Amino acid sequence: MRLNGAQILWECLVREGVDTVFGITGGAVLPIYHELPNYPIRHITMRHEQACAHAADGYARATGKVGVCLATSGPGATNLVTGIATAMMDSSPMVAITGQVATNALGTDAFQEVDITGITMPITKHNYLITDVADLALAVREAFHIASTGHPGPVLIDIAKDAQTAEIEFEYPDYVSLPGYKPHTRGNPRQIKQAADMINTAQRPLIIAGRGVLVAGAQQELCELATKAHIPVSTTLLGKSAIPETHPLCLGMGGMHGEAFANYALQQCDLIFAVGMRFDDRYTSAAGTFAPNAKIVHVDIDPAEIAKRIRVDLPIVGDAKNVLRQLLPLVEERDLADWLGQIDSWRAETRDRDALWQETDEVLPQYVVFNIWEATRGEALMVSDVGQNQMWEAQYYRHVRPGGLISSGGLGTMGFALPAAIGAAAGRPDCQVWVVVGDGGFQMTLQELATVMQERLPIKIAILNNGFLGMVRQWQEMFFQKNYSGSPLLGPDFAKLAEAYGIAAATIESKEGVAAAVKAAYDSDGPMVIDFRIEREHNVFPIVPVGHPIDQMIRRPKQTQP
Amino acid sequence: MSLPPPDSTFSRRTLVVLMEDKPGVLSHVSNLFRRRNYNIESLTVGHSETQDISRMTVVVHANDAMLEQVAKQLYKLINVTKVSEVNTDDAVMRELALIKVHAPSAQRAEIKQVVDIFRAQIIDVALDSMVIEITGDESKVESLISILKPFGIKELTRTGRVAMIRGSLTANGTRFGS
Repeated sequence: MRLNGAQILWECLVREGVDTVFGITGGAVLPIYHELPNYPIRHITMRHEQACAHAADGYARATGKVGVCLATSGPGATNLVTGIATAMMDSSPMVAITGQVATNALGTDAFQEVDITGITMPITKHNYLITDVADLALAVREAFHIASTGHPGPVLIDIAKDAQTAEIEFEYPDYVSLPGYKPHTRGNPRQIKQAADMINTAQRPLIIAGRGVLVAGAQQELCELATKAHIPVSTTLLGKSAIPETHPLCLGMGGMHGEAFANYALQQCDLIFAVGMRFDDRYTSAAGTFAPNAKIVHVDIDPAEIAKRIRVDLPIVGDAKNVLRQLLPLVEERDLADWLGQIDSWRAETRDRDALWQETDEVLPQYVVFNIWEATRGEALMVSDVGQNQMWEAQYYRHVRPGGLISSGGLGTMGFALPAAIGAAAGRPDCQVWVVVGDGGFQMTLQELATVMQERLPIKIAILNNGFLGMVRQWQEMFFQKNYSGSPLLGPDFAKLAEAYGIAAATIESKEGVAAAVKAAYDSDGPMVIDFRIEREHNVFPIVPVGHPIDQMIRRPKQTQP
Repeated sequence: MSLPPPDSTFSRRTLVVLMEDKPGVLSHVSNLFRRRNYNIESLTVGHSETQDISRMTVVVHANDAMLEQVAKQLYKLINVTKVSEVNTDDAVMRELALIKVHAPSAQRAEIKQVVDIFRAQIIDVALDSMVIEITGDESKVESLISILKPFGIKELTRTGRVAMIRGSLTANGTRFGS
């Protein structure tokens, strides 16, 4: 079959199982867009290329499939950069396709020419510049393979305009041959036996589960391990829902804003079994002070993550699901009543300080998140932005559904939530998708309300509006003498703005309106924006100041019992 | 045991990296070193015994933990097929330098003598200059340079270290950490 490059690209995407592409057209992708209507692929036209990348990322995290975004050369390509870097940091499988100026114009500073393969080299797992149509099909095949296997990540394919129009006999490669790329997926049996021995003899063991558990689909195995050996489970931010968060052994998120009992357990335990996580600085705080009494077993599919920041006693390279399956029969049933009793007493004491018990008429952000949790029974697909809103979501939404949280953890990209939710909603029409976002982050990508309306995506958007870049303001209050430099924001009336897009909206200024507004959004079958005017200078607690050991946090103020 | 190991001493370590000869692969590698803040002393690249496989020798200033990270990060590059460390004890290491030295006729004999002592070669002679070629380990190259300095070095180029394991073992047959 003789096809041109643009047709070959779509033929390949169809063969890779792509059903949705997030893109914006432009000069250097005109041939590609010209062929698009002939293929069974839904194209969602976004309003900014950064949003295309976040949407592809959100789609990937929600479905487990590779997300695809498409942009033109030059500014179209550079606008993808933030979204590609976000996907790279959080190991999200993505293929980004960009148009490039024609081969004979390459390197001449032609109109809308930019070296996007050079620019994205450090933020992609791999990238390709296609100047010969003969190389295109294999590059697409390899890109999907690389993006979705091992430690998943973004791959970029930059296609010169003449390669899009040149014709060649199309043949889809049967297999890819990448001698330098062979991810280890099964753990070494000797090391797994050793890990089992360590688990079977530990007195105060603790599991730390990260996003790798979700990527591998190993929630059930993880839960079995925890339940069989009675080991409590702490998660990273992106590991939330690796175990149902209502499970009695689940300690929730640990780290800088982790609950005190989770962090006490980290510092007191004698064994850490870490799986699919990377000991990020927001989780461990100062590396030299982390878990001083613990031996550490680290399971990860990427050898480079092992012993990168934290010394590891036993490394196991492999896929979380395989390793847990190999491990389970070797682990003994244990009764660790003393250790679990100790954790429960910390937990009870923490509960006494819970912010939800504060007596106030103001709208507390925790209360908003708690209401969303109640209304959705922990089963919504939550997409949080970055900053205080992200931490309140993490602390007060107890996820029951595996993979129920999508958030920019590693890069911390404000403005991620709304476009990522568009991708998630497009990929998972069976789930109710909620956005939790601050007024700062929302204003970074709110142009995508147009996409929500255009595609009729029933996304519920909860803006926790405090008129500040809230986390920055909190740090200024605590560590910079309340010098609120650059952090106050004067925002628009978000409800009116939503209405201008034809999206239902409400503004909530007092506590009693919260539950009803959440219920209204939950019950509606369309999108809705709720502007929650929260207490302006409310802080996220606990917080571990940078450089302190993870159990030396500033805690929530102690409340009087209700 | 979560404390990072006490820093083992920093020294010059040599890695041999084999990679598919694809466009952009060299910039992938050099970009990696810059991005991860690794301190490269030299980097050379050329063809290997296998067609379409390039061979790179990298000298980094690193301790054990850093070198392990360098090797792991190199392996993450899709086109890198092999990374191995070679040690001075069990490998030959060489560098080539071309030195253009100021050599008016009055000084030629003296320079020639130095060149002979170092078993270097004069490969070009002009009215008032010579080009000298030397092959050896870095210390040999450096001492020749320091001896020629007083004559006036007009131009200098060094290739950086290349290395090969002694005996029948090959870089392709060993793996980092083994």
